[in-house]
Order: sequence, then C-alpha cells, then structure tokens
Amino acid sequence: MRSITKEFPGVKALDKVSLVVKAGEIHSICGENGAGKSTLMKVLSGVYPHGTYEGEIVFQGRESRFRDIGSSEAAGIVIIHQELALIPQLSITENIFLGNEPRRFGVIDWVQAKKRAIDLLARVGLEDDPDAQIKNLGVGKQQLVEIAKALNKSVKLLILDEPTAALNEADSQHLLDLILGLKGRGVASIMISHKLNEIEQISDSITILRDGKSIETLDVKADGVDEDRIIRGMVGRTLENRFPDRKSEIGEVFFEVKNWTVQHPLTAERMVVKNSSFVVRRGEVVGFAGLMGAGRTELAMSLFGRSYGTFVSGQVFKDGKEIRLRNVSEAIKNGLGYVSEDRKALGLNLLDDIQDSVVSAKLSKITKLSVIDKVEEHRVAESYRKSLRIKAPRVDEGVNKLSGGNQQKVVLAKWMFTDPDLLILDEPTRGIDVGAKTEIYGIIRDLAASGKGIILISSELPELLGVSDRIYTIFEGAITSNMSADEANPETLLKSMTSAKKKVNSP
Amino acid sequence: MSATPEAPKTGFQLRDLGKMFGSGSNGRQVGILGALVVIIVFFQVFTNGLTLDPTNLINLVNQNAYVLILAIGMVMVIIAGHIDLSVGSIAAFVGIIVATSMASWHFPPAVAILLGIVIGVIIGAWQGWWVAYVGVPAFIVTLAGMLIFRGANQFFGNSTSVTVPDAFTYIGGGFIPDFGPSTLYSNGTLLLGLLVAVVIVVQEWRARRTQTEMGSQKAPLWVSGVKVVVLEAIVVSATLLFAGGRAGTSFPVSGIILGVLVLVYSFITRNTTFGRHVYAVGGNWHAAELSGVKIKRINFFVMMNMSVLASVAGMIGVARAGASGPNDGVGWELDAIAAVFIGGAAVAGGIGTIVGSIIGGLVIAVLNNGLQLLGVGIDRVQIIKGLVLLIAVGVDVYSKKQGRPSLTAILMRGPRSSQGGDASAPIERPSIAPTNSAEESSRPKSTTPN
Repeated sequence: MRSITKEFPGVKALDKVSLVVKAGEIHSICGENGAGKSTLMKVLSGVYPHGTYEGEIVFQGRESRFRDIGSSEAAGIVIIHQELALIPQLSITENIFLGNEPRRFGVIDWVQAKKRAIDLLARVGLEDDPDAQIKNLGVGKQQLVEIAKALNKSVKLLILDEPTAALNEADSQHLLDLILGLKGRGVASIMISHKLNEIEQISDSITILRDGKSIETLDVKADGVDEDRIIRGMVGRTLENRFPDRKSEIGEVFFEVKNWTVQHPLTAERMVVKNSSFVVRRGEVVGFAGLMGAGRTELAMSLFGRSYGTFVSGQVFKDGKEIRLRNVSEAIKNGLGYVSEDRKALGLNLLDDIQDSVVSAKLSKITKLSVIDKVEEHRVAESYRKSLRIKAPRVDEGVNKLSGGNQQKVVLAKWMFTDPDLLILDEPTRGIDVGAKTEIYGIIRDLAASGKGIILISSELPELLGVSDRIYTIFEGAITSNMSADEANPETLLKSMTSAKKKVNSP
Repeated sequence: MSATPEAPKTGFQLRDLGKMFGSGSNGRQVGILGALVVIIVFFQVFTNGLTLDPTNLINLVNQNAYVLILAIGMVMVIIAGHIDLSVGSIAAFVGIIVATSMASWHFPPAVAILLGIVIGVIIGAWQGWWVAYVGVPAFIVTLAGMLIFRGANQFFGNSTSVTVPDAFTYIGGGFIPDFGPSTLYSNGTLLLGLLVAVVIVVQEWRARRTQTEMGSQKAPLWVSGVKVVVLEAIVVSATLLFAGGRAGTSFPVSGIILGVLVLVYSFITRNTTFGRHVYAVGGNWHAAELSGVKIKRINFFVMMNMSVLASVAGMIGVARAGASGPNDGVGWELDAIAAVFIGGAAVAGGIGTIVGSIIGGLVIAVLNNGLQLLGVGIDRVQIIKGLVLLIAVGVDVYSKKQGRPSLTAILMRGPRSSQGGDASAPIERPSIAPTNSAEESSRPKSTTPN
C-alpha cells in the first residue's frame, strides 16, 4: 500500500500511509485507539472502495482497485473483523459457504459442502460437528470457523482485527499457532492487536501508526524489538498545551466502590468486571485507562443503575453510607450521572430539540404535579446554551442538526442539569474536533472545581494525563494500577493496561 | 445549521404564515391540514354543497367519532414504537358486555359505562403486561388480542345482536340539548361555539405572552391576527351549520366526547412527564433508559390507555347503532392506524401528534363521505383510501431522504434557495428497533474503529 490518504468529513483518518507486507510473513500493525489501523484495513479490503481514498494498492505486483469486499476476496485478501460476521442460527457448514455455496444445476450441493467443511475444519484444528449451530460454539471456536471460511476462499493475505481480544489464554495460543501454521503454507497475515506480547511472539515485522501516519516499520528479529520499543513508537507524540490548569482543591473521599464484580449479560462464566475497588474524592478528576474491551464502560454502566451486565457482588459507598443503585433513576437520585461513550445511540434522542434533551434526565426539576413548565425549560436550556457555548441559533433546534462537539455539550448540559455529585464521562471527546475538545476539558475542570467528583474514561492517554488528577488502569476487567497523574506517563500506563502483573497501590 | 442570525422580519414572509400553526417543526401537520381543506372544497363543489350540509356534517361526526377516539390512543402507541391491532375486537367485546349488562342485568346506563371502562382497564393491563414485562412484541400480543376478543364477543353474545335502551344511545347519537328562548338555531350549540371562540382568542394571547417570557422570536402581530380571524371564521360557520340543521339536531354528543379527549390527551402528550417519556421511549429507548425513564412502566400504560380508549369507542359505536353485534368494530384498528400515519407519525416511533392524527382521520372521513355522496362504490372508495395512505407516507419518507422536513414544509417555506442556509441534515436515527432482543442490548455500544 503506497501513500494511502483517507479523509472523513473534518478528519484526516489516514495521511500518506505506506505499508509493505512481504509474501508469507506475519505483519502486525500497532497504534493507539484512533491511530487509523482499522481504517487502513478497510481500505485494503475494499470496504472503502477505490476512488474514496488517495494512493494505490499493489498486490502481487499489480495495482489493485477493489470495488467492494467481493473483489478483494476474489484477489485473495480476506479480512476477519473484531465483531465476527457469522450468523448464529446457521450451522458451521452453512456459515463457511455463505455467499459462496457449491452448486449443482443451481441447487446447493450440501453433500459436497459438508465434505469440504470437514476438510477445512481439520485444517484449523476444530473437531466440532459441521452441523453444529454457531451460537453453541465459544468465541474461540467461532474465530476458527471464520478462518476456515477464509481458507475456503483460497486466501493469500489474511487480515485479523483484534483476533484474540475476546479469547482466553488457551484459545489465543491456539489461534496464534494456527496463524503461524498458515504462514508455513504461504499465507501472509496482517494482525492488529493491542496485546503486545502476542505481537512480539509471532510477528516478523511491525508497522506503527500514529495519528493516521505510518511512523516506522520494524523488523522484529533484526531490530530486536520488545514491548517497550513498540510502546515508545506508539505514544511518541508531543503533548500540546491544550489542557486547562488543575485549579480544584481535592477534598475528602466521598465515593467508594468495593469489590465490584459483574457478569457478562449472556455468558455467565465471563466476568467483565472483576473484584474492582476504587475511590473518588470531591473535586477530583479520576481517569480510567484501559484498552477497548478492558471493561471500563462495563464498570461504569454497571455502577450506573446496573444498566449493563448481571450484578454479582460489590458495594458502593457515598459519604460513608452504603447506597443501592438498582436502576438508573435510583442512580440519578443518589447523585450519579453518566455521559455515555456513544452519544448518538445511548446519549441523545436525535428526534428531540436541545431544550427537550437538556431537561430529559431530571424532568422533576421543572414539573409541578408532573406538568412541565415550558417557560422554565426554555430558560434552563437557554442558560446552558450560553454558558457551554453550544453553537445553535435557538434551543428549539433539533439536536440532529448539531455537530458532534455541540451534541456532546448538550449531553453534558443534560447531566449537569441533574446536579450530580459524581459525573462519569465515558469517552467524552470521541469523534469531536480539537477546539471543542479543549472546551470540554475546561467544562470538566470547572465541574471538579465546583466540588464534584469526576470519573473520566478515555482511550486517549494524553487526554487522561492532561485532565485527570489520578489514574486507574484496567486490564481484562480488573484494576491493575493506581497512580497520580504527575507520576504517570504513557509508557507506565500502557504497561499496566496490557498486563495484569503490576500490583495495585492502595489509594 | 444556520450560523448567521436571521434577518429581521419585515413585511410579508411565507415562513411567518407557517408560524400560524406553531414553530417550523410541525410543517407536516400544516400540509395535511391543507390537504383536508382542499378535499373539503373539492367535494363541496362536486356534491353541489351537500358536503357542508348540516345533516351530512352531523353524520360525519357521528360516523367517525369512535375511529378518531381510537386514533388518539393509537398515536401514543405508535409514538412509543408499538402497534395495536386489537382495538376493534376490544371495542366489540366491551360493547357486547355493556349492552348485555343493560338488556339482561338491567344496569343503569351510567353503571354500564363504568363497567365498560373497567373492562377496558383490565384488558389493557393484560396486554400491557405481555408487551412491557414479558417482552412479547406488541404486534403479536395485539394480534392475539384481536382473535381473543373477537371470539369472546361472539362467544358471549352467541353471535347475535343485543339491543341497548334508548337512554344509552345518547352518547352515540344524541345532541347538545336546546334551551332558553326559541331561536332559529340550537342555543346549546351556539353557547358551545361562543365558548370555543373565546378560548381561541385567549389561547393565542397566552401563547404570545409565553413567547415574550421566553424571549424567543415572535411571529409578527398580523400573523396572530390572521390566524385568529381564520379560526374564528371556521368556528362561527361550523357553529351556525351545526346549530341550524333540522329541528331537534345540533352538535352531536359523540363530538363533544371526542373534543374533550383531544384536549386532554394533547395536554398529556405535550405538557406532562408521561407524555415526554412516551416520545423518549419511541425516539431512542436506550437513551431514555439511561436517563432514568422507566421504560416498562411507560409501555404498560401506553398499551393500557389504548384499550381504555377502545372501550370508550366501542360503547359510542354501540350507542350509535342501537345494538351490539358480532361484527362490530371490524377494521377499526386499520382505520385508526391509517389516520395516525396520514397524520405524520413515524413508523419507527418517536414522532407523531394527537392533532395530526385527528386531521389524518378527518381526511379519511371526508374522503369516505364525499365519495359516497358522489355515488362511488365502496370498492373504489377502498382503493382510493389505500392510495391516499401510501402517497401521504411516501411523500413523507421521500422528503426525509432528501433531507428536507417534508414536501408541504417546502411549499410553506418557498424554494430551497431562499431558505438562507436552513438546509437541514437528514434525520439520523440510531439503527435500533425498539423491539430488540436481550442480545442486542447485552453489550455497550462501541462502534468506532480501533
């Protein structure tokens, strides 16, 4: 791939990125969240067709112009997404041949299909009945079915996006061995992973992306690459001075979570939050660092009125007293607020206008006998529009017409209106431009200065380091470290985010 | 999104005309209202004045009051993202019990009406429980209800008709009583007309005062003036028509019931916490849940309310016919649903108004009535009604895809070029159906790459 540039409205996701993968090698791509890894792979696999990006793709010596996924697959490039693309109700065989069914006289030849399926399953080391339904398989086995499906398409270059993110140790190892085995048969792989130890273990070379640019390509054996070397490449950016001063006085501990454990809502044996304990002080911004899928959002949402997963055990104390938060309205009554990471799907009703949205989490503040005081509603929304500088001509403007940054300000206003003692912000600056980000940092610090406790969940380490007073790291559902923002740096954070070894200091 | 401040209003502007009916958001309603006026004028001309004849108007109200009452409940169900197919059967079932209670058990009409409403509450709680707490899609629950209560009606009444006493027919076929000095008109209806006329002026004055309090942009005074004059003209002529019909007739009681329900439910949907929560659940139930809305409770009461209104409609229907029969209420649910969608509600939920649905229902009613007056057979009437529904919703969907509020809103605002940067983005909906499975809600959403 030569000098690939891909722009989205307002954002340059990829900026002249080049990537060279040699035949039959395992090539890893590393970068922080948002560095452009997935976008690059979508360009390569034809999800973004030729013409929507600049630059060229040369595959096996010829320039390729993929119109869609079908044409890249025909060329032998198969991508396996993080979210598996299998249909749970269909059998293994049906899934392997979906869209590619062996036919005789226009009728699917299931005998032939099953024979080939058995052969493919043997190649990936899966001993299940090819008639078994996908939904009855574990995630690790599903991953293998995906690879069998790719092999059926006579794959030459396999792209794996976070293949081991949802797998346990044994399944991961099996998968990695399989990828090495494919390499032995001449199949090249591109692997995206956050687990640096795995990358180090199986890669031949590593390309590091940062902020949509390709920074460097390392040869693992020749350069003697280790985890620290990769981390340095990933975070080596200058921190701009775009964070407000920490002007708040940090008070007493007022919010405490003890031994919080939560089950995955569907698979009872999977714990998404494991025995986590932490504290928040008044006026303090507490950062939560973790990789995608580490359990940060799950922790936050399960605290916020059990809106995620199945509660297993744990206690919440506020001002020294234990509180119960069995549903969202109890959480709001107890002074919690949660700004979700996905404002369009979870944060806003896009059919509403600004004023409806602002008051929606605490209507009781402007109602008498459950009749809404619309003049008061308007006044409240208008005051937030001015104080948060929401760019909209009027508060009866629909929120779907606002930019991402202004939508996020509306969500912030909505939760500020509930007057929370503890405000949980989940990726509050995702997908918004730099200017609005700085404004939102200012709002966060102002809220802390007014004595509120803030939990800031973010995938952007500079943001966490710049805004937080103290940072916890989470790895696979468990809190792995607790450090003050002054003593933390991207390297130490990433280390705790990618391994469970570090000991937790007491707060 | 327009960043430039809007130019000060001077002189006549098309957009101000739109403000007669409130701010820009309900352009759709204005369009349907316009369509209604066009249809009325069309039939008035081609039926040689029969359409706006007092007797026909009274018929129109009496024949359609119950469907319009159903539309009130139906629009709330649809806003919340559900559907109710059982209302016709529920109306019939309540009708047969109420009729039997008076004919066989000698209940006084008032007690019978109370009984009917209680049955509506019980049926509603039953269906609401299945929808809200068990999580069966409303389509299935009410499809079952449609079969169950149709069967129950025929089982209970042995598939025969039960006549009701005359006193009961008052709510379906009665009129506002006349009193006082003998005039050419019905005094009761005149009084009602006067009351409505006063309320319109007071309402407009209060609306302007509220706008001043909010400091929001007001439409020029002449707009309010024109609006009041137009509305008053409609009220005066309607009053004179209803009051001046055949001796012994005036404004129908069923129309009064309908009017009161429209006022009450408009207030509920627009000005109360419950109403706001219904829109929130239909618009994005994930966001509503995370804002502390008790979704199950909202769904329960929305479904229950529909059944109560179905029982009211059923009783009015029985009162009008003078008897309850095994085929009462067949197809009512479809008329109500059609009214709601013609009135601008969104299939996916979150959008819709009571007033819009009533106007939508009136469009169907006037079409029905006018085509019959013209001697068009019931076969062709159905074809025309079907096409009207399809076109009305089709125009809406098309104009949303084009990123414009609606065809009628464009007509009201003039061509796109003169809008001054008011190009609205296409409405983006989160792609989550309200009837989702546990699987879908099991993971926190994380859709951003990397």
